[in-house]
Amino acid sequence: MSAPVAHGSIRRRLLLSLLAGAAVLAIVVYFVVQSVARQVAQESQDNVLAASALSILDSARYSGQEINVDLPYSALSMLDSISDERVFYAIRLENEFLSGYDELPEADGTVAGVPAFRSATFLEEEVRVASVRRRMSTDIGQSYLQVSVAQTLSGQKQTLARISQTSMGIGAGFFLVSVLLAAIIARSTIRPLDRLTVSVSRRGPKDLRPVAAPVPSEMVPLVASLNSFMRRLKRSLTRSEDFIAEAAHRVRTPLAIVRTKAEIVQRKADNPETRTALREMIHAIDDSSRTAGQLLDHAMVTFRLDHLSQDEISLLRLVQEAVERLRPISEMKEIELHAIGTEDSIIQGDPILLQNALHNLLDNAIKYSPAGARVTVALTRHNDGGEIRITDTGHGFPEAELDRLTDRFARGANAESIVGSGLGLTIVKEVVEAHGGKMYFENMPGGGACVSLHFPLP
Amino acid sequence: MRFLLIEDNKQLASAVVDRLMLDGHVVDHAPDIQTAYDFTATTDYDLILLDIMLPDGDGRTFLAQRRNQNSRTPVIVLTARSEVSDRVGILDLGADDYMVKPIDFSELEARCRAVLRRRGGEARNLLILGDMSFDSLSGTLKVGEHTIQLRARELRLFEILAKAPGKVFSKASLMNHLVSYDEDVSENAIEVYVGRLRKHLQNSNVKITTIRGLGYKLGIE
Amino acid sequence: MRQFALSIALIFTAGWSAAFEIENRARFGALDSGQVLRIISTADIRFFEPMIASFLAEYPDTEIDYIVASSTEMMRAIYDEEHAFDLAISSAMDLQTKLANDGKAQRYVSDATQSLPDWAIWNDMLFAFSQEPAAIVVSKEAFGDLPIPKDRHELINLLRQHPDRFRDRVGTYDVRQSGLGYLFATQDTRASDTYWRLTEVFGALEARLYCCSSDMIDAVKTGELLIAYNVLGSYAVNREDRSDFEIILPSDFTTVMLRTAMIPHNAPSQELSAIFVDHLLQRSHGQDAQPLTQSGLDLIQMETSLNRIRIGPGLLVFLDQLKKRAFLSEWESAILQN
Repeated sequence: MSAPVAHGSIRRRLLLSLLAGAAVLAIVVYFVVQSVARQVAQESQDNVLAASALSILDSARYSGQEINVDLPYSALSMLDSISDERVFYAIRLENEFLSGYDELPEADGTVAGVPAFRSATFLEEEVRVASVRRRMSTDIGQSYLQVSVAQTLSGQKQTLARISQTSMGIGAGFFLVSVLLAAIIARSTIRPLDRLTVSVSRRGPKDLRPVAAPVPSEMVPLVASLNSFMRRLKRSLTRSEDFIAEAAHRVRTPLAIVRTKAEIVQRKADNPETRTALREMIHAIDDSSRTAGQLLDHAMVTFRLDHLSQDEISLLRLVQEAVERLRPISEMKEIELHAIGTEDSIIQGDPILLQNALHNLLDNAIKYSPAGARVTVALTRHNDGGEIRITDTGHGFPEAELDRLTDRFARGANAESIVGSGLGLTIVKEVVEAHGGKMYFENMPGGGACVSLHFPLP
Repeated sequence: MRFLLIEDNKQLASAVVDRLMLDGHVVDHAPDIQTAYDFTATTDYDLILLDIMLPDGDGRTFLAQRRNQNSRTPVIVLTARSEVSDRVGILDLGADDYMVKPIDFSELEARCRAVLRRRGGEARNLLILGDMSFDSLSGTLKVGEHTIQLRARELRLFEILAKAPGKVFSKASLMNHLVSYDEDVSENAIEVYVGRLRKHLQNSNVKITTIRGLGYKLGIE
Repeated sequence: MRQFALSIALIFTAGWSAAFEIENRARFGALDSGQVLRIISTADIRFFEPMIASFLAEYPDTEIDYIVASSTEMMRAIYDEEHAFDLAISSAMDLQTKLANDGKAQRYVSDATQSLPDWAIWNDMLFAFSQEPAAIVVSKEAFGDLPIPKDRHELINLLRQHPDRFRDRVGTYDVRQSGLGYLFATQDTRASDTYWRLTEVFGALEARLYCCSSDMIDAVKTGELLIAYNVLGSYAVNREDRSDFEIILPSDFTTVMLRTAMIPHNAPSQELSAIFVDHLLQRSHGQDAQPLTQSGLDLIQMETSLNRIRIGPGLLVFLDQLKKRAFLSEWESAILQN
């Protein structure tokens, strides 16, 4: 089975979306806080400037044919009260400069008594200017007296820097909290999915029960289709197993019937030619039946290999059971069957498959050995695993075909006359390799075949 | 021997019955569990052959029932190939052995013998001839106090001869009897086995005599 | 420090090549080193010499060109004529503030400037290194049995009770002439109305007006004056004949002038300026301070009545032409009653 192709991660995507949102919000918060604060800072500076300008304007008197401005001390000192600022002012009557800094730019206000503001550069430094004017009666008529007060921005810049830092801090704090929340949200969102994954992956290979644990409503369709898929899979698996059983039955039962009938007729027939013909027929039927059986065996093995269960298996018990099982057959063929070795190895795997494989090998050994031969199953234990070694005193494998022996349907040349197919060994090899083991063929020095199976320990 | 075959496939059942009868056994056939109960209620069987999938239930319920009744009759279960994984359960329920369908008769015979021998008990099929007694189930031949364990082919051959003492069997007919489970039996092989049997019987008054041109027969001297 | 030998002191009494007038000039240290620190100052050479000596002890390879000018001339030199100096030291706080406010000073930040108390630094441009109270100086001998006034009320009462004795024998700054006098006067008016009453009393007694503190003290010494008002206390204290005088720091409030240093915006040797400013501030402030004005006047003890002149744009108010015109006319009408 190939691993599923991963394309993105929900958790990461969720996290990234949340973080992107949080980042945007944090930036927005930063700018909003900063702009509000900047406005407030600007307003408070403007208020102080306006108060200063108004207090100067208020101190102006017209007397003795001239304008007297008794500049209040606080008018300028108030501008310096929070931070050291450079301060400039200008007092003008209409366009005539009276006092202060002649070059100081003024803010254009239209309404008398209402301060106007502007930002400007004066003496190579940025300043904020507040201008206010008032109508005055003089000898030559009505004139406007205008007062402008300006202040450098170092305090405001400091304030803004502090505000900027604070809003940066607020933004960063907001973002950090969001990161934390996003991580928690992403985790808690993914958790049901993780739980589902764990609950499904912890199941055994044959556990196809529907998922019953409650899941969030968004996952219901997924779980529903998963359940439906498992239901179909289960049905399909059951059907395959049923099919295998049914096919075995359907193919082999008629063959068995025909064979039995043929045997009966053969037993009763007197004509030697008829008997020979019937014997050949029986032979052919046996061949077909065995081939069908092994094909179905192979199908069964293939099916089980796809869903390999991982039970603990004692090789000793496996060997003993197989030997006991086949002893009646071997006795009937007058073949001595022995199991030797008591050192057990426990491996993990599918007991049915291993039984089938060992059964196949012993069956082969018994089948291809002449009467009076000896078949030995030896169990040994090495550092790296267990070994089952099946030796017989038969004719051995043809040297030229040892390598090809396990290829599907490749049958030993000397076994032409014996019912069976090469499928048996193919099955064995597949089973052994599925269990991480290896199968070796060799011929014994004194004649006879040897098949050894090596299984690694878990 | 008396067999009870519990099997719902009629054709298969009839073939099995015919085949077993050909070997001289008595076979009752029950197509379902209910009929099987009826048979076992009235008759003692030497062996029961039990199919698992039956029209009126699972063969295992029959097995469990028999076990509760402490029935001593051995049971060999016939399983379909796909039911391999159920075998352990079958043995736990008290079956003596199992075979995968369709039945290979030579295997069946081998398993029957093994089961009956394992069960021990009284020798129900004891054949006494002269100073010799022969238990075909366990395959033992007893001459006086001397017991000989016959090997499969000797046993098979001796069984044929001992069932009809005095009857002459041709080599060909003896071969026919052996052929069902052996491929490489030749007429020479028959002579080898007959030679072995004669050796076993050398202290007995029962002898195998050669009727030249016709065959062999078993008889008391 | 006294052992320190002046290398060469060249004293010019002649005019400076520029338009502004200098009063005095001296050079200290390694004359040919090429590293020249040009200081323009309102303080006498004698007054500032110890500071220069201690600096040269640490940095011997430096030449210091010390130029003394009045605060008005210094204003002219820097503000109008844009002469380049490395350091401007002045007791005219208002003018220093105007220079700094109008962009004639550059900012300087160092450990030394940052450890200054708030009142001693403005806008990283002006650094105060001495505090000098305005005192009332009285001749002990001439006062005889008269009670020594402790504050302005007592002074007013005393003058009113003995008009004949004090007539023509009371001295104070001519605020039209002296920048420092003007600064003291304007700060006095800010602190209390008593100033105007006192000035009127002075006017009635035909008070004499002086340009400088030293002249006033000399006049007290000679007996020309019985009492001098708003005299730099340090000048009296540092005299050898200090014991002839009673130096009074008025207990209602004592105006304290801060001498400040600044680095002009066009200083040619800014690095040297910075080193000198640090040296100046380290010696004037903190625990190990060796202030230039060992006044003998215990300023710390009378902290509550100290009216330290605050450096800042408030000082610009009295520089305003209209304001100054109004103030001077009021002052004149008070003091020149004849």
